[in-house]
Amino acid sequence: MGIDNIWVFAQTTDGAASSGTLELLTKASSLGGTVSAFVVGAAGDAAAAMADHGAAKIYETGDLAGALPGAAVSAAMKAVIEGGDSPDLIMFPQSYEGRDVIARLSVKLDRTVLTNSTDVSVDGDSVSVETPIFGGAKIVTSTFTGEAPYLAAFRPKSFEPVGGVGAAGEVVSAPVPDLGSTGGATVTAVHVEETSGPKLDEAAVVVSGGRGLGEADKFGMVEELAKQLKGAPGASRAIVDAGWVPYSYQVGQTGKVVKPTVYIAAGISGATQHMVGMKGSKNIIAINKDKEAPIFGVADLGIVGDVHKVLPQLLEALASRS
Amino acid sequence: MNVIVCVKQIPDPALPGELDADNTLKRDGKLILDESDSYGVEMALQLVTAAGGGAVSLVSMAPNEEVSGLRTALAMGAEKAVLVSDASLAGADALTTAKVLAGAVGKAGEYDLVIAGTESSDGYTGTVPEQVAEVLGLPSVTFAKSIEVDGSNVKVERQTEAGYDEVTCSLPAVVSVTAGVVEPRYPSFKGIMAAKSKPVENVTVGDLGIEAASWAQSITNVEDAPAREAGEIIEDDGETFNKIVEFLDNLKVI
Repeated sequence: MGIDNIWVFAQTTDGAASSGTLELLTKASSLGGTVSAFVVGAAGDAAAAMADHGAAKIYETGDLAGALPGAAVSAAMKAVIEGGDSPDLIMFPQSYEGRDVIARLSVKLDRTVLTNSTDVSVDGDSVSVETPIFGGAKIVTSTFTGEAPYLAAFRPKSFEPVGGVGAAGEVVSAPVPDLGSTGGATVTAVHVEETSGPKLDEAAVVVSGGRGLGEADKFGMVEELAKQLKGAPGASRAIVDAGWVPYSYQVGQTGKVVKPTVYIAAGISGATQHMVGMKGSKNIIAINKDKEAPIFGVADLGIVGDVHKVLPQLLEALASRS
Repeated sequence: MNVIVCVKQIPDPALPGELDADNTLKRDGKLILDESDSYGVEMALQLVTAAGGGAVSLVSMAPNEEVSGLRTALAMGAEKAVLVSDASLAGADALTTAKVLAGAVGKAGEYDLVIAGTESSDGYTGTVPEQVAEVLGLPSVTFAKSIEVDGSNVKVERQTEAGYDEVTCSLPAVVSVTAGVVEPRYPSFKGIMAAKSKPVENVTVGDLGIEAASWAQSITNVEDAPAREAGEIIEDDGETFNKIVEFLDNLKVI
């Protein structure tokens, strides 16, 4: 026994293995036993990186032909499990697709799910995960008590991806079976929102704006500061909900998790929802009028002041240096 | 067009969260409608209006036959609700919750569409809508930012990491909606008064034919997260921008 067969739900972006995939493969490898990747679509050139991060076997569903991954990939996984390769633990990234697949699979296999986790540990046959709650103020450890496979989803950047494992990476086809009544959804068009500069979750500097900016136009200051610092602009849920900026800018529980070298929060009070997404930043600068704002509890440098005064001064000072 | 909306009643998020003795979320006080669900209720009301007829019904699971949050959604314009309240469900996992909600959907009458929020604002497991779809054997579209009914299909704009996808899905289906996509209406005085007499059917786990509630996970430890070291907090005197420049300079990001 023991936890000796672990699967990782794997995704590719533009043909490369996603960062979440490589993070989870690395962690899975460290737990001992055999690691398999289960790829949405075709593994293609990404197979090499997956093997390098520990995947001995790489299942691929092949093209989903417009089906959404939730119903399709969970059905493909179940078919492989019924075929005899029964994992003890399946690790998912807390991505849109990861969430949909873990949810469908939990019903198909009648297994509980633990999501939003940031760590996993194995002790004999027992698997436990750690999950931050209340905006990261407390850490809850939960242990699976039923039968394997155990299903767990992990927040992005919970683990550091490390290559050089050199596992076999044997690619095996795991086609999607007929989905019956659950197969009614089809993607008819894909829209990519153009962004310039570094990606929000990869940038070394992130400058985020919140409700304290007062109005949508003022977000321009945040974008300008991000540009000057060669970083990415981000936003709190409040101003995304208000329609000032697209959802893709959102930092937080329901948005992106960022861990930049510097995070600048401008006019953000620091709701739990937001803090979860940025608390792991190496350095945090906060500018807010309200000195009681929770964001100051995590700030390395906190300016109690008006963003409408401080940001223009800062922009001018930075411009004069370059 | 009949739409069922899954709604959660949660402790007021403005208050600090608390844990019960068994380390599950404390939920025995007054509960309110999860703001994340107000978007689904609004979207359902708009779809029924656009279709020229039909009703919005609610399904919910909450302790102590709590209805405060349901009344808010009824005041917005939903017609009736099915509430599953059962002491055996305290601390239920997402899978059990989904089985219960799917059972409640079966009690709520004929429907074309089931709508849910993306995730609750207190537990935020984020899997329940898709699990409900699987239990009901229905197709689903998650992370919808718009829904339009087109004959026997819905057309959905589904949020993705890179932008959005256009998805067509046959009905009946389950669609989960993201927050902020519509402006939830404020209940009118007339709506609030009417809500008081709208039917809320209370059911138990037994009524739904679901077996003894249990879930294969247990909380084994809860501890405080390591605190971040306190930083330097200063009042702006018109010169503090220099502090920021200095800070950035020290980190060599400028």
